[in-house]
Amino acid sequence: MKHIKTLSTRDYKKSVVTGGCGECQTSCQSACKTSCTVGNQSCENKNK
Amino acid sequence: MDVYSGSIHIVDELTYELIPVMEENRDISDGELVESFGSSYSESEIKEAAAELRELKDKGTLFTEDSYENYVKDFAENRHAEPIVKAMCLHVAHDCNLRCKYCFAEEGEYHGRRALMSFETGKAALDYLMDHSGKRVNLEVDFFGGEPLMNFEVVKQLVEYGRSREKEKNKKFRFTLTTNGMLLNDEVLEFANRECSNLVLSIDGRQEIHDRMRPTANGKGSYEVILPKLKKAAESRNQTNYYVRGTYTHYNTDFAKDVLHLHDLGFEQISVEPVVAPTSEDYALQESDLPVLLEQYDILAQEIIKRLKAGKFINFFHFMIELEGGPCVAKRLSGCGSGGEYLAVTPWGDIYPCHQFVGEEDFLMGNVFEGIKNTEIADSFARCNVYTKPECADCFAKFYCSGGCAANSYHFTGSINGNYTIGCELERKRVECAIMIKAAMADE
Repeated sequence: MKHIKTLSTRDYKKSVVTGGCGECQTSCQSACKTSCTVGNQSCENKNK
Repeated sequence: MDVYSGSIHIVDELTYELIPVMEENRDISDGELVESFGSSYSESEIKEAAAELRELKDKGTLFTEDSYENYVKDFAENRHAEPIVKAMCLHVAHDCNLRCKYCFAEEGEYHGRRALMSFETGKAALDYLMDHSGKRVNLEVDFFGGEPLMNFEVVKQLVEYGRSREKEKNKKFRFTLTTNGMLLNDEVLEFANRECSNLVLSIDGRQEIHDRMRPTANGKGSYEVILPKLKKAAESRNQTNYYVRGTYTHYNTDFAKDVLHLHDLGFEQISVEPVVAPTSEDYALQESDLPVLLEQYDILAQEIIKRLKAGKFINFFHFMIELEGGPCVAKRLSGCGSGGEYLAVTPWGDIYPCHQFVGEEDFLMGNVFEGIKNTEIADSFARCNVYTKPECADCFAKFYCSGGCAANSYHFTGSINGNYTIGCELERKRVECAIMIKAAMADE
């Protein structure tokens, strides 16, 4: 495309099908303890 | 950003102008677009950009509608019906060797008495976690305080106990340690580097900033005591799987300098975060601080790009964003998990929804010996998600913060379904900066 460059991102809609396994890290266990940050976490679902 | 598909598009000026018009009128013709924008752009350019936008829409990566509300509500209901615990914040010491002025734990005491967790109580907590984690394999335990190294012997015993049960229970513990660094020594480091997947080391940045808020019991600054220990810890972990973690307050709204100071000291994994305190405190962030704070994130983002492009690695926690391998929608929209999959346990075994609620008797859920007694609290947390927070409805950042911190919401609005507005403003700016950094580095 000439006018648009798209960054590669996870498809949210597809994640509805396989998501919710809960194996990923809990938000507050990472570093913060005072905010809620989920966008930086890695998916750990083996069946995604 | 196309909020509901998660797609991020970098567009030129013409396309940027076309987007709101084409979103408002999905069937607008090329002729109508040329009529509106023809004075500034050529007809062929307009038609070309419009075609590209229509292509994205057809691919489902532009103008995507919200279709997740029922899914997330069902997810929350299931979580309510079959609660699973997978992470615990173990308050192994309600005591501390520092007297940090902003400490939400009130110098380690959490509105209560000074106490150390016994091995028996910690063991009961780990048993509770293993027995209530269903099929989850990965379990997280953070040794927290107060200062957890004031009870290091019990920390070691608990890790040994947890590891001894992993195979039989088909669980994998990820232990982390959050420490102020005062008691870090070779023995602790050897242990932490063997057993802890993450180490969080508290330091606020420049010496005068750090010492002002983090004095020892006799009133002296702690910076000079901890700095060599923290440097050694970071190096011994090869600059990975740790964070130096600072708090910024009303007294250092120019916190970008503190982040860069820590980087200049050689730390590569840095988290410096806003203090959370009632606005009545002199060090609390005020709404009037916001313009400066937002500008600081911009300054920091630009400097981080400069340093990264110069080959100097730096990871600022709040600018981390996982675009390709990030969480699913359920994780993104169903809240932080406090009061359900994440619980905090006091030295005597009481259970609270998270470390920020510890000591607030209205939020006492039960204890590790008898389990959850106050199911009303558990229910309210299980059902809390971005769709129960009206102020999240139109916010693009909700897929990155999951509705924000329940404790902040409660403390500032009286409800876990409220929104801490200063926190929201800062979060939006951080997401914006994080994406900007990704885009800038993608150009390399």
